[in-house]
Amino acid sequence: MTSDRKLYCLSGHPTLPCNVLKFKSTTIMLDCGLDMTSTLNFLPLPLVQSPRLSNLPGWSLKDGNAFLDKELKECSGHVFVDSVPEFCLPETELIDLSTVDVILISNYHCMMALPYITEHTGFTGTVYATEPTMQIGRLLMEELVNFIERVPKAQSASLWKNKDIQRLLPSPLKDAVEVSTWRRCYTMQEVNSALSKIQLVGYSQKIELFGAVQVTPLSSGYALGSSNWIIQSHYEKVSYVSGSSLLTTHPQPMDQASLKNSDVLVLTGLTQIPTANPDGMVGEFCSNLALTVRNGGNVLVPCYPSGVIYDLLECLYQYIDSAGLSNIPFYFISPVANSSLEFSQIFAEWLCHNKQSKVYLPEPPFPHAELIQTNKLKHYPSIHGDFSNDFRQPCVVFTGHPSLRFGDVVHFMELWGSLVSTLSYLQPDFSYLEALAPYQPLAMKCIYCPIDTRLNFIQVSKLLKEVQVSVYPATPAQAHRMDLMIDCQPPAMSYRRAEVLALPFKRRYEKIEIMPELADSLVPMEIKPGISLATVSAVLHTKDNKHVLQPPPRPAQPASSKKRKRVSEDVPDCKVLKPLLSGSIPVEQFVQTLEKHGFSDIKVEDTAKGHIVLLQEAETLIQIEEDSTHIICDNDETLRVRLRDLVLRFLQKF
Amino acid sequence: MDACDVRSSPVRVQPFSFYKWAGQDVGRSCILVSISGKNVMLDCGMHMGYNDDRRFPDFSYITQSGRLTDFLDCVIISHFHLDHCGALPYFSEMVGYDGPIYMTHPTQAICPILLEDYRKIAVDKKGEANFFTSQMIKDCMKKVVAVHLHQTVQVDDELEIKAYYAGHVLGAAMFQIKVGSESVVYTGDYNMTPDRHLGAAWIDKCRPNLLITESTYATTIRDSKRCRERDFLKKVHETVERGGKVLIPVFALGRAQELCILLETFWERMNLKVPIYFSTGLTEKANHYYKLFITWTNQKIRKTFVQRNMFEFKHIKAFDRAFADNPGPMVVFATPGMLHAGQSLQIFRKWAGNEKNMVIMPGYCVQGTVGHKILSGQRKLEMEGRQVLEVKMQVEYMSFSAHADAKGIMQLVGQAEPESVLLVHGEAKKMEFLRQKIEQEFRVSCYMPANGETVTLPTSPSIPVGISLGLLKREMVQGLLPEAKKPRLLHGTLIMKDSSFRLVSSEQALKELGLAEHQLRFTCRVHLQDTRKEQETALRVYSHLKSTLKDHCVQHLPDGSVTVESILIQAAAHSEDPGTKVLLVSWTYQDEELGSFLTALLKNGLPQAPS
Repeated sequence: MTSDRKLYCLSGHPTLPCNVLKFKSTTIMLDCGLDMTSTLNFLPLPLVQSPRLSNLPGWSLKDGNAFLDKELKECSGHVFVDSVPEFCLPETELIDLSTVDVILISNYHCMMALPYITEHTGFTGTVYATEPTMQIGRLLMEELVNFIERVPKAQSASLWKNKDIQRLLPSPLKDAVEVSTWRRCYTMQEVNSALSKIQLVGYSQKIELFGAVQVTPLSSGYALGSSNWIIQSHYEKVSYVSGSSLLTTHPQPMDQASLKNSDVLVLTGLTQIPTANPDGMVGEFCSNLALTVRNGGNVLVPCYPSGVIYDLLECLYQYIDSAGLSNIPFYFISPVANSSLEFSQIFAEWLCHNKQSKVYLPEPPFPHAELIQTNKLKHYPSIHGDFSNDFRQPCVVFTGHPSLRFGDVVHFMELWGSLVSTLSYLQPDFSYLEALAPYQPLAMKCIYCPIDTRLNFIQVSKLLKEVQVSVYPATPAQAHRMDLMIDCQPPAMSYRRAEVLALPFKRRYEKIEIMPELADSLVPMEIKPGISLATVSAVLHTKDNKHVLQPPPRPAQPASSKKRKRVSEDVPDCKVLKPLLSGSIPVEQFVQTLEKHGFSDIKVEDTAKGHIVLLQEAETLIQIEEDSTHIICDNDETLRVRLRDLVLRFLQKF
Repeated sequence: MDACDVRSSPVRVQPFSFYKWAGQDVGRSCILVSISGKNVMLDCGMHMGYNDDRRFPDFSYITQSGRLTDFLDCVIISHFHLDHCGALPYFSEMVGYDGPIYMTHPTQAICPILLEDYRKIAVDKKGEANFFTSQMIKDCMKKVVAVHLHQTVQVDDELEIKAYYAGHVLGAAMFQIKVGSESVVYTGDYNMTPDRHLGAAWIDKCRPNLLITESTYATTIRDSKRCRERDFLKKVHETVERGGKVLIPVFALGRAQELCILLETFWERMNLKVPIYFSTGLTEKANHYYKLFITWTNQKIRKTFVQRNMFEFKHIKAFDRAFADNPGPMVVFATPGMLHAGQSLQIFRKWAGNEKNMVIMPGYCVQGTVGHKILSGQRKLEMEGRQVLEVKMQVEYMSFSAHADAKGIMQLVGQAEPESVLLVHGEAKKMEFLRQKIEQEFRVSCYMPANGETVTLPTSPSIPVGISLGLLKREMVQGLLPEAKKPRLLHGTLIMKDSSFRLVSSEQALKELGLAEHQLRFTCRVHLQDTRKEQETALRVYSHLKSTLKDHCVQHLPDGSVTVESILIQAAAHSEDPGTKVLLVSWTYQDEELGSFLTALLKNGLPQAPS
């Protein structure tokens, strides 16, 4: 049983986790995050031929050796791989992923590696996610696949991955981890197959796994349908807290109460920029946007097609009229822009109370419906087609991908990079300087106002005090970041990619069921006020991880007339347990009882610790002390049993 | 003796009403379930056929003394139809109930609108007094807690409820009510076949003690949906072709959308130009609800809604009451559905006299309504003010109500695998037929109580307790031994404190209670004829026992004594007779079987030692 209860950490990314929990012979993958920061090492994929990008010089070693110049290009002192961008997958070697029974997804950002796991590791289990998580996750994957597939790139670099060569490269390429396992993007076919393995669940739904474990998603307040998970048996509880938020944005608020009294809390997805207050950042974003547009500039907002964009559009909806921006067009460009806007309106049950009550009117919960109706917000699948006809400047463009390596955003970076425009970089998951590196030098003004609503470390410390977790959490290791320390007692364990943590549990009980017939036969006895006891002798049955106690079988009738068996076959089973005894024997009452039952000639002697009762006629001696009774008699079974029963009258059985 | 803690109280069910109406009643749903001491009211419907006191259930049935809030642990509403929620404001605001009321989000959104609509007809148009007010509807809705599908809602520490998709109308749900290991499933109204806009009801194999199912269409095994639809379209088409008007009385939400989708696609395909109208301001609003709650519709609509929203109709326009007098053909959907009041009744009066026209009743009509009268063949109707209305228009009935038919009900019973079934919301004769069928096929008992009658089901649940890991592991390890073929007895002590039950080893129980163990020991003297020295006697005893008790640990200790497991045997000289040795066999109460076995064995003497 000790090999159980371990946490295998497959991703080192603090907000894109992938862990495997072994718990009660069940193997549960917690999230399936895809580390896309690996793509920052690649050159952007332009939608239209970019002379600038294609004319970047090849990179050569210090000694002038230029054998890598086809694969590596240099731009403003940084070196990039000129190839189809690749992603850093979760560890696949640490644990046999075909043994994973279920995958629990906490939000749509944390499922992007799903096709790699479900399609290529022999996985045969079930994936659990809420409906918004699944639907929006599908949109994110669809967008990603579309971005990559619509600009086919012949070049595929692999030479640089050679360990001996990688050592010679400049940072950050030199330090990139596990480059040999980096993979290209999956296909839509793989996405569909992966999503078909999802079983939809609702908040607070109890899902039984193999009769041993129950898992339950709880609202985490971070995104539409985002969840934390409770994984529990009857006497053990693990809480898995992934991207969670205590701020009031559009999703249903976080359910904190249900996390109470966990034995272990696994904590991931905390904000990495705890000093950036989201409200302040949104304010900064709006004022910079107004300023730029008034000066005739355009604003480019790299973003995911779902999530924070809903909140931004809502802020702008309230802001544009007062800021005199009513005539400025807002463009939302993504292959899934329309779907994302439509889907956001149909998940009333997953929204915060305010938005829910709008649906009851009935009105769409998000005001972007009105922005679309009044033509202030327009959405397009890509820059090709209708967009080029409608395009007016100055304008505000929301588009992906936030890595700035693929998607329509690459086009706008090339187009506006040298103009008076503003890039508002909002995504906390990528380092914005690294994201911008292949576009340097840039004339456009870059505003970094990261909006991250996830729990910060102060909030976590407070939360932990409230939920009374008995064993503290595991979080991704953060070297040299004092602001990312969690103040808690006992201190948190931290993990790194490819580490295995043994989770401490203080479990002492297991659930067992007493069959009604047995329960009826029990004789409870009140020992102390409010506490009753009953001794139980029963047959234990264990099946499918469930334990049941049944009444003991009736003793078989002795086969009397049959020939006497050999002595050894009659040897009793000494493993039949007799109850323990407790109490003490009052000598006088005991003697009276003996007399009542026909014993005479009784003599009582006092000893240091008690008494000796002598039955002279029967040559029997009974030593009675506070906690023991010793009956010494001749080999007369009838006598012994009679005496035993009289003694037992004064004792309680346990 | 405080044993009642370990035993359960039975499940009790009581559908109630004050009116002696053949017992069973399709007009209104309101059921009281008691399960392990928890009282839950299922639905709070009103009867469409009455305009007086009889329209609401008689809540004094629930409890004669005391407040409803104290007696009921919660109220559950299965869906927004008025025969399931129409009495709710009366119940909560006028009779008085302040506890929680559970329903799904769409039901919570739509139900107050229908209540208000109904209130307007009753009070504003008919001038009824003693009716709930708009404010009461609002106050009542404040007591509502919305539930998600499959969410386990903890009403209190012991009572939990869970909603399942029921089809039927937008937001309709079946509910599982559970206390400990006892559970009841209440279906409300449900539909086991997906239609044009809703999916089919589904429940997992939750094995409730009791399944309470509606049985509106208990005997009907309806012909295929496709046939009914074709029939409907044919009749509508023929009528408008010959210049007639078609009236389809519907409720604003539910079948209306289903039939609108049907007509819309037909009009599109046939390129028809005859106008289709939908009465009342509710239309657009209603369709909007369907758009916003699209996750509650069927797979196909959900999948395609981004490209084409099925609830945006091209051919169906809003109706104005002046249109009713327009010449020429038209199709009008008008509310309410049973022709008991409002716009549908007004239009019916206008059109009833013309044999070219047609009224299609797409759902069940309650006794007492105009709808029920014309469906049962009545052609002369007495209206208000002694006016007699002669009905010449064609009257058609088409079952588009999304209720499960007999086949569907059987299917659901098969899915849930209940221990027993209870039929409600149906007509006695039909229910009896279904009852027999269920008992035959599933071999479970099936009840059909009359209004106000109580059904009590004995249940005997197993009792969950916590067993200490030490005790369990000890038993499991022994259970793994190969010889463990015969059932193994586990011995422990059950500690019952408050409502927590723990099974621990006897040692632990003593320790926890701060009690000392009392050791009971026996020592028996066995006399043996043996002239040899005590040490030799002991050695003979040892070899005898060693060869006899092969499965036991027999040891000869340095001090000359012999042990068998924990039983001690010593040889001593007899004080008077040197030819006799005394064996002292000593054991504790816990080893009694083996101890007494050994004395009996030794009493038989030792085999002669080979000298």
